[in-house]
Amino acid sequence: MPDVFMLSRIQFAANITFHILFPTITIALCWLLLFFKLRHNKTGNQAWLDAYRFWVKVFALSFALGVVSGITMSFQFGTNWPGYMETVGNIAGPLLGYEVLTAFFLEATFLGIMLYGSGRVSNRLHTIATALVAVGTSLSAFWILSLNSWMQTPAGFEMRDGVAYPVNWWAIIFNPSMPYRVTHMLLASGLTASFFVAGISAYRLLKGDLSDEVRVSLKTGVYLAALLIPLQIFAGDLHGLNTFKHQPAKVAAMEGVWETEAGAPLQLFALPNSETRRNDYSLSIPRGASWILTHSPDGEIRGLNEFEGEHPPVAPVFWAFRVMVGIGLLMLLVSWSCSWQVWRRGQPGALWLKALVMMTFSGWLATVAGWYVTEIGRQPFMVYGLVKTADLVTDTASGNVLFTAVTYVTVYLVLIVAFLHTLFYLARKAVPKAAEPANAKLTGVTS
Amino acid sequence: MTGEAYWLPVIFILLMGLAILIYAVLDGFDLGVGILMPMDNPEARHLMIASIGPFWDANETWLVLAVGLLLIAFPSAHSQVLGYLYLPAFFLLLGLILRGVAFDFRAKAHAAFQQRWDLCFKSGSVIAALSQGYMLGIYVTGFEGGWLSVAFGLLSAVCVTAAYAFIGACWLVRKTEGELQLWAAKRAKLTAVWMMIGIASVSLVNPMMSPEVFDKWFTLPQAFLLLLIPFICAVLFTVFFIYLAQFPYKGDFGSWVPFACAVGIFVLCFQALAYSYFPYVVPGQVTVWEAASAPESLKFILYGALVVLPAIVIYTVFVYRVFGGKAQSLSYD
Ligand code: HDD
Ligand code: HEM
Ligand code: HEM
Repeated sequence: MPDVFMLSRIQFAANITFHILFPTITIALCWLLLFFKLRHNKTGNQAWLDAYRFWVKVFALSFALGVVSGITMSFQFGTNWPGYMETVGNIAGPLLGYEVLTAFFLEATFLGIMLYGSGRVSNRLHTIATALVAVGTSLSAFWILSLNSWMQTPAGFEMRDGVAYPVNWWAIIFNPSMPYRVTHMLLASGLTASFFVAGISAYRLLKGDLSDEVRVSLKTGVYLAALLIPLQIFAGDLHGLNTFKHQPAKVAAMEGVWETEAGAPLQLFALPNSETRRNDYSLSIPRGASWILTHSPDGEIRGLNEFEGEHPPVAPVFWAFRVMVGIGLLMLLVSWSCSWQVWRRGQPGALWLKALVMMTFSGWLATVAGWYVTEIGRQPFMVYGLVKTADLVTDTASGNVLFTAVTYVTVYLVLIVAFLHTLFYLARKAVPKAAEPANAKLTGVTS
Repeated sequence: MTGEAYWLPVIFILLMGLAILIYAVLDGFDLGVGILMPMDNPEARHLMIASIGPFWDANETWLVLAVGLLLIAFPSAHSQVLGYLYLPAFFLLLGLILRGVAFDFRAKAHAAFQQRWDLCFKSGSVIAALSQGYMLGIYVTGFEGGWLSVAFGLLSAVCVTAAYAFIGACWLVRKTEGELQLWAAKRAKLTAVWMMIGIASVSLVNPMMSPEVFDKWFTLPQAFLLLLIPFICAVLFTVFFIYLAQFPYKGDFGSWVPFACAVGIFVLCFQALAYSYFPYVVPGQVTVWEAASAPESLKFILYGALVVLPAIVIYTVFVYRVFGGKAQSLSYD
C-alpha cells in the first residue's frame, strides 16, 4: 500500500487543484458582472442586463463549488499536515484568519443580496452588493496568496525551538515574492474569466444565438483578454526573475539546467532524465535561458547538480512551465486576432469562433500548470529552506487516507462533469429564446 | 500565568465558542430544512429551499470561522482533534459538499435532474448532521475509544440530527404558510421529543463518564445556580408545546415563538457543555493555555477580529431583514 505521505500529497494536490478552478473564475467574473451592471445602469441597454443575468447564474454555480472545496481545504491542514500548523502556525494562522474575517464574510453575506435581492433592494444597493462581493473575492485571494508567497520566500520571523515566531508582520505579509504572485494570479484570473466568457459566447453564437447580449459578452471577453495577456507575459517574466533570485533550484528545474553554466540554452523541447541527470532529445536556443534570466547572453545559471537532494523533481516542473507559457502565447495569438476582427467587422470569422470555443478553459489549464510549477518546484520543502514536507505529515492509518483520497478524487471528477454539463446546458437553453426574434429579423418575418 | 498569556487564549476560546454556537443555530436550521425535505412533494421542496436560499452560504461560513479559529489560536489542538476524528470529519465534508453543490445545481440543471439533486441535498444534510453529532459524542467522551464511546457517538449523532430537524421545522413555521406550515409544526413537535431524549441522555452520561464534570455540576453552592439551566430549558419546551397545541392562530400570531424557543434551548445546551469542559480544548488532555499560539500572533489577529466581527453582526442582521417575511420563490431577476 502506498505510504501516508504520498497519499496525503495526492489528496492535498487533488483538493487544491479542484478548489483553484473555481476561485480563478469567480474572482474576475465578479468584476465583469459589476462591469455589466454598471454599463446597464449607465446606458439602459437591455443587452447588458441580460448578460448580467446569464453570467450571474454561472457565477453562483462556480461560487458554490469554490466554497465547498474551500471548506475542505481548511480541514486538510489539520487532518493531513498536522506538523504544518505546529511549526509555522503562528504565521500561517493569522494570515488564514484575516482571509476568513475580511473576505469570506463580505462575500458570503452580500452574495445573498447579489443573487436573489434585486427585487427586494434598490438598484443602487444591488450594485453595491455586487461590488462588495467582488472586493471580497479579491481580498480573499490577496491573503491566501500572501501566505503562499511566504511559504515560498519566508521573511519577518525567527525560529525558536523549531517553531516559527512572527517578528515583523509587514515583512511577513509583503514578503519578497508576494507582489509578483498576487499580480500574476489576479491577471490569471482575469484571463481565465475572459476566455471563459468569450468561449461560451462564441458557442452560443455558433448555435445561432445572434442576440445583442451574446455580442456584448463576446466583445467584452475578447477585448479584456487582449488587454491582459501582454501584461501577464510581462508580469510572468518579472515573476521568473524574482524566483531566480530567491529559489534558484526551482528555476534550474523550470529551465532544465543540470550543470552550472554561463550562457545556458533555452530548452524548447526536452525530456529531462533524472537517472542520467541530463536532457534527452533536447531542442534548444543557444544562450536563451541566460539571456532571459540575467539579460546577458553569458550570464551564469546555477545547475540542479549544485542542489543535490534538495531540488524538486525536474520533469513535472519543466513540463508544467512549458504548458503555461505555451498557453500564454496561444492566448496572445487568439485574443489579438479576434479583437482585430471584432473591431473591424463586429464579429470574428467562424474558424476563429471555433478557436475561441476550444480556448474556453485554457485559463484553467494555464493556471493549474502555473501552480504545479510553483508548488512542485518548492519541493522537498513545505516552507522554502525551512521545513520539509515529509516531516509534517499525519500519522493516521494509510488505509484511511487511501479511502478519503480515492473518494475525494471521485467526487471531484463527478462534480467537474456536472459543472461542465450544466454550463453548456445553460448556454443552450439561453439560445432558442433569444435566437427566435433575431432569426426573424434576419429572414424578414415578424411574429 | 498572568497577563496576555492568560487572557488571550481565554478570549479566543470565547470567540470560538461563540462562532460554534452561531453556526449551530444558523446552519442548524438550514441543515434541518434539508433533513426534513419530503422527497414526494416537489412543490414543498421548492418553497423550503427558497426559505433558506439567501442565507445558507453565510451560515456555513461560521463553520469556516470556528474551524479557522481553532486552527489559528489552538493549532496543536486543531491537528489533534481532527486527527482523532479523521473519518467523521471526512464524512462531514462530504455531506457539506453534496448539499452545497446540489443547492446550486438544482436550480440550473435540466428538469430531469432536479429530483436527483434534491436527493443529494437531503442526503448531504443528513450525512453532515450525523457526522457532526458523532464528532460531538466522541469529543465529549474525551476520545477514549472503545465501544462505549462509539455507542455514545451514535446516540449523539441521532440526537444532533433531530435537534437540527427541530430548529429547521421551527424556522419553517416562521417562514412558510398554509399546509406547509402545518406540516412543519407537526414535524417540530415530533423532533422536539427526540431532542429532549438527547438532552437528557447527554446530561446523564456526561457526568457519569467524567468525575471532573460531575464535580463541576454537583458541588454546592454553584449547583443551585446551575440548576437554572435545565429549569429554563424546561420552561422553553413547555412554552413551545403550549403554543403549538393551539396552532395555527389567526393572522399568523406569534409564528416566531417556536424558533425563538429553539434558539433559547440551543444556547442553554451549548452553555452547559461549554461549562463542563472549560478550560480544556481536548477534554481531559489539553487546556487552552497549552494549545494556544504565540501571544504576538493572537494579538495581531485580535485587532482584526475586533473591527470585523461587529461589522459582520450588523450586516448579517441587515441581510436577515432584507429577506424577512414569508419565503417567496427564488429568482435571479
Ligand atoms: C492564465 C494563467 C497564466 C498564464 C497565461 C501564465 N501564467 Fe505564469 N502562473 C500562473 C498563471 C499563468 C499562476 C497560476 O497564477 C501562477 C502560479 C503561482 C503564481 O503566483 O502564479 C504562475 C506561476 C508562474 C511562475 C512561477 C514562479 C514561482 O513559483 O516562483 C513563473 C516564472 C511564471 N508564472 C511565468 C509566466 C510566463 C513567463 C508566462 C508567459 C506566457 C506566464 N507565466 C503565463
Ligand atoms: C495560495 C494558496 C496555497 C497554499 C497555502 C498551498 C499550500 C500547499 C501545501 C501546504 C501543500 C502540501 C505539501 C506538499 O505536498 O507540497 C501544497 C502542495 C501542493 N499544492 Fe499548493 N498551496 C496553495 C495553492 C495551490 C494551488 C492553487 C495549486 C494548484 C492549482 C496548488 C497545487 C499544489 C500541488 C500540486 C501540491 C503537491 C506538490 C507535491 O506534493 O509534489 N497549490 N500546497
Ligand atoms: C490552502 C489553500 C486554501 C484554503 C485553505 C482555502 C480555503 C477556502 C475556504 C474555506 C473557502 C470557502 C469560504 C466560504 O465559505 O465562503 C474558500 C473559498 C475561496 N477561496 Fe480558497 N482556499 C485556499 C486556496 C485559495 C487560493 C489559492 C485562492 C485564490 C488565489 C483562493 C480564493 C478563494 C476564493 C476567491 C473563494 C470564494 C469562493 C469562490 O470564489 O469560489 N483560495 N477558500
